[in-house]
Amino acid sequence: MKEIFVLAEHRQGEMRDVTYELLAGGAKLASKIEGKLTAILLGSGVDSFVNDLKKWADKILVVEDDKLKDFNAEAYQRVIVALWQEHKPSLILIPQSGFGVDLAPSLSVELDLPLMTDCFDIDVKDDSLVATRQMYGGKVNADIRFVEAPGYILTVRPASFSAEEAGLSAEVVHVDSPLTEEIAYRKFVDYVEVAVGEVDITQADIVVGVGRGIKEKENLPIVEELADAMGGVLACSRPIVDAGWLSKDRQVGSSGKTVKPKLYVALGISGAFQHTTGMKGAETIVAVNKDPNAPIFGVADYGIVGDLFKVIPALNEKIRGLRES
Amino acid sequence: MDIVVCIKRVPETAETEIKIDSSGRDIVQEGLVFTINEADNYALEEALLIKERVGGTVTVLTMGPKESDDTLRMGLAKGADTAIRLDDPAFVESDGLVTARILASAMKDMKYDLILTGCMASDDWFSLVGPALAEILGILHATMVTKVELEEGKTRVSRELEGGLLEVLDIQLPAVLTIQTGINEPRYASIMGIAKASKKEVAVKGLGDLGLQESEVGKAGSRTRVEKLTLPVQEKMAELIPGTPDEAAGALSAVLKERGLV
Repeated sequence: MKEIFVLAEHRQGEMRDVTYELLAGGAKLASKIEGKLTAILLGSGVDSFVNDLKKWADKILVVEDDKLKDFNAEAYQRVIVALWQEHKPSLILIPQSGFGVDLAPSLSVELDLPLMTDCFDIDVKDDSLVATRQMYGGKVNADIRFVEAPGYILTVRPASFSAEEAGLSAEVVHVDSPLTEEIAYRKFVDYVEVAVGEVDITQADIVVGVGRGIKEKENLPIVEELADAMGGVLACSRPIVDAGWLSKDRQVGSSGKTVKPKLYVALGISGAFQHTTGMKGAETIVAVNKDPNAPIFGVADYGIVGDLFKVIPALNEKIRGLRES
Repeated sequence: MDIVVCIKRVPETAETEIKIDSSGRDIVQEGLVFTINEADNYALEEALLIKERVGGTVTVLTMGPKESDDTLRMGLAKGADTAIRLDDPAFVESDGLVTARILASAMKDMKYDLILTGCMASDDWFSLVGPALAEILGILHATMVTKVELEEGKTRVSRELEGGLLEVLDIQLPAVLTIQTGINEPRYASIMGIAKASKKEVAVKGLGDLGLQESEVGKAGSRTRVEKLTLPVQEKMAELIPGTPDEAAGALSAVLKERGLV
């Protein structure tokens, strides 16, 4: 029987949304290959999670151990290797997340299985696995094929599948932890929240986001003026924070804040997944970019293809004009 | 402390329109500007900062064609001590795990306490070579690192998770750390540094030097393969407002006004 493993990801006592998405995607794939879907649940005191996942998989393999209370790539790897040896699943799906990227590559080396990361679509065509992922900042999609192997590991990008419960009824199997001693050479210390700054961009009705296209710190004032004219707050994509031009609390995206304003204006932001995941819930999205193929135009409602340094001052002037009239 | 930094020469594509070439499996390289992968540049800076603090050596290592020497020399110009380039016709089309194996084979006779690299390459978006390399070498790793503190025989690192949360952990050295962008402020090379670096030698190693077989590397050794590249078809597409910047700005403001957004 073909089996698909999905690693359930939880953090600080809460199941992560991506777990349900992967289980939903995994269930579809399992039914296509006439296989079974197994959720892998590692942790300590995870009874409530077992209940949460019951309708989402055919089986839940539960490994409880104090040493698995917080995610630890090293401990997780040892446990999953033991489960692999017992079950030999055809496919292991792991979230493309802070935890997943720390685990999947070394796991694939130890198990000697092919790995593809950051997949957003998975299919089986002519009996072989095809994964689709993005390259070059989301500007290109790549179909990936695999050489035949005893199994495959894929990490899957959040929001690739919609979290629809498959209505299954899982058999719950408790497995003894293979961990014998504390893993001293890799120790979890703590979680730390990034400090909240002077503005809370998640509370604003209008958010004006600026990205790499602004080129120099010296050019930021024209964006600030526009945000001001629109009565919005200034936000940004990752490169602006990396460069130290704006503080981390203004960053929109997967490693920053998620905003759902009435209006989001993306200026010189190409629209890689890491950014759009934090703003695509806005009611109206406007984008200005010089690349007509920039992925941002796929999430925007209105777009202007053009030079930021001409469009922003023009917008500023028109909007100030409207507000004064 | 001896540090190896794995770097990669990549095309700058963030602000550029991309085209797919006639093979359908690669992008058109002509007209693209190549530079050090952004996250690798932060990894290099972190290595140089550590060397300045505690002493030791920094080696820059890459796998790639002759053109990558420019990327290595920029590393030397900024303060790296030695540069090594792994290059062989057999390496072409190596996937992420094979790339990690080739890098690992080069490290067998090197001395290192720390291996740093970027958390992701901006071309392939793999984020896997660093941790795979660690596993092959039998040492520890931490990915997406935003802070490195060195202590006796170990390092305390912060890793970036989703939603602005950091995971702090202690790991034993030697280790591979994949560095996230924004961890520091990468320096620019000085004119003097560039002049000095131009005289330094880049060691080049091929298949035989690394003790590898042709069947283990490149297309032959890779178990994943890009079959086809396509430009994404947007499920929806923004209504693009035509005209001069002034006309477009006027039309857009009118739409926003009508919707009560400004």
